[in-house]
Amino acid sequence: MQHGKYRFIVGFLAAPLALYALFVIWPFIQSIYYSFTDWTGLSPEFGMVGFDNYSRMLDDEIFWKSLQHSLTFAVVLPLVTVGLALFFAFMLNVGGRRRRGAAIAGVRGSSFYKIVYFFPQVLSIAIVALLFQFAYNPNSGAINSVLKGIGLGSVQPDWLGDPDLALICVMVVLVWSTVGFFVVLFSAGMASIPRDFYEAALLDGANRFTTFFKITLPLLWDTVQSGWIYMGILALGAESFAVVQIMTVGPNGGGPDYSTIVMPLYVYQKAFRDGQAAYATTIGVALLLVTLAFAAVVMKLGRRERLEF
Amino acid sequence: MKTTDTATTGVEDNPGSPAGPGPTLGKTTEAAPAKRSRGDGTVLNVFSHGMLIVWAVMVVMPLLWAVMTSFKTDRAIFTSPWSLPDKLHFENWSRAWTEAHMSDYFLNTILVVGGSLLGTLLFGSMAAYVLARFDFPGNRFIYFLFIGGMSFPIILALVPLFYVMQNIALLNTLHGLILVYIAYSLPFTVFFLTAFFRTLPTSVAEAAFVDGASHTRTFFQVMLPMAKPGLISVGIFNFLGQWNQYLLPTVLNTEPERKVLSQGLVQLAVSQGYKGDWSGLFAGLVMAMLPVLAAYIVFQRQVVAGLTAGAVK
Repeated sequence: MQHGKYRFIVGFLAAPLALYALFVIWPFIQSIYYSFTDWTGLSPEFGMVGFDNYSRMLDDEIFWKSLQHSLTFAVVLPLVTVGLALFFAFMLNVGGRRRRGAAIAGVRGSSFYKIVYFFPQVLSIAIVALLFQFAYNPNSGAINSVLKGIGLGSVQPDWLGDPDLALICVMVVLVWSTVGFFVVLFSAGMASIPRDFYEAALLDGANRFTTFFKITLPLLWDTVQSGWIYMGILALGAESFAVVQIMTVGPNGGGPDYSTIVMPLYVYQKAFRDGQAAYATTIGVALLLVTLAFAAVVMKLGRRERLEF
Repeated sequence: MKTTDTATTGVEDNPGSPAGPGPTLGKTTEAAPAKRSRGDGTVLNVFSHGMLIVWAVMVVMPLLWAVMTSFKTDRAIFTSPWSLPDKLHFENWSRAWTEAHMSDYFLNTILVVGGSLLGTLLFGSMAAYVLARFDFPGNRFIYFLFIGGMSFPIILALVPLFYVMQNIALLNTLHGLILVYIAYSLPFTVFFLTAFFRTLPTSVAEAAFVDGASHTRTFFQVMLPMAKPGLISVGIFNFLGQWNQYLLPTVLNTEPERKVLSQGLVQLAVSQGYKGDWSGLFAGLVMAMLPVLAAYIVFQRQVVAGLTAGAVK
């Protein structure tokens, strides 16, 4: 019996664990090891160089730029996205005209809005990025021709080609594509808050905005916090890579004068364009540290007593 | 913050808010006195509807614009981006499908996602079941090993992974990509399904076991069917993630004829840019967009449940 149990456990875990170890765990460990070598990726030979890559990184201007942009993403994107999503979700659930017998009501057609808002979430970030690349086109793009149409023909920004605007343009796209997911997520959370909480608060003379900060937000806190971390990881990782690599100009992306370079893209460029695999893993390790620090800070700042209801 | 101020002062200024939409149906006359005495319902209602509509338009416009553009000639795309097409140029679509290799990209994507989705669900549920239901030394360790993969930046592992794949001759192959997709989908799948298997009653499995079914048979014939709702949720989640995957194939699958949809489109944007065939590119974009959107609209409830399930837990 015992024997059979262990054979079963090993049999069931072997394949998934082997796959996971070979393609995920092992490369992670290797990349930390490689960051202390001078491996180019082009030849199998390499030697240990200690912390050389790390000191080189600290002197690398483009690395600092990418760090700065990634940190901006990690701070600004969750703030804007989660903020907008909370606002829309609250409007959907509580913004409606009062009906008889109900203290609060969602707006009419709230399920329609939720369906539409979710559209970008099911599309590939690559498709979204390509679409907006055309919308931003300074000569024939959708945005500038709208500006022309409403009599702002003199305001024709270069958008992605303008080093001062490019980063903001990229962030707008990430916000556009993620807000809907959080609206739906928060909306589900809000719907599970008992109605009589609102009734009691409104009876005591609270307006809707007080109820948002005193009832909705505290009771939704866990969801907001995990949404915040989720968005931050997304803004630091694969999503920002795709958007910047596809949308912005320059060799392999990165924008004019590296004005939009982000850490994952810089890792990619160093490893697969410049043949500096070891240095690329060093930047990757820095990105790992930034990601873990971000999650730790959000958890620490967001710690509250859990409210049961 | 600012918006809250304007809305509240708006209430004080004009309590009877004329801005409110006034459908004169029999029902509303009943509610009217209550509404007037608590005018903030109406002002807020108008305000929130306004904001919600603005965002809905912002979401839909780019998509409609893409659909419209895919039917226009190149000339019209550049001279008047917002005008309607003079006629529906379906030849853009057929050009994208054949000449621009959209058909190949679709086929590759279907093969890769089909294989990896099946593998992810099978391996994910096997590992999750064992971790959720059996006590053995190292259980917690393996569980956290899987979970840890959710928050690590994938790009860090991709640099060595590229060379690992090269050494075992899996680089630029579809089956190699399938294995990588499965491996990178396991953290969330195991996390989600472990929680799901824990919620299932133990008595059924015990009864099957007492009746002489082996552990393996209990799993496949009793537990998996019971876990169907969880498998559907996590299946939809993984399907969308793998169908839309861009980073992994960009690094690990660069052979032009083996490209999957997302990277194929980016490739198309570069090459059609040289050829000046923008209408073909837009047709390709819309072609890739519509099936997913259509599937979402049909299976709307399941998709939303699948994608938000993980975050709520």
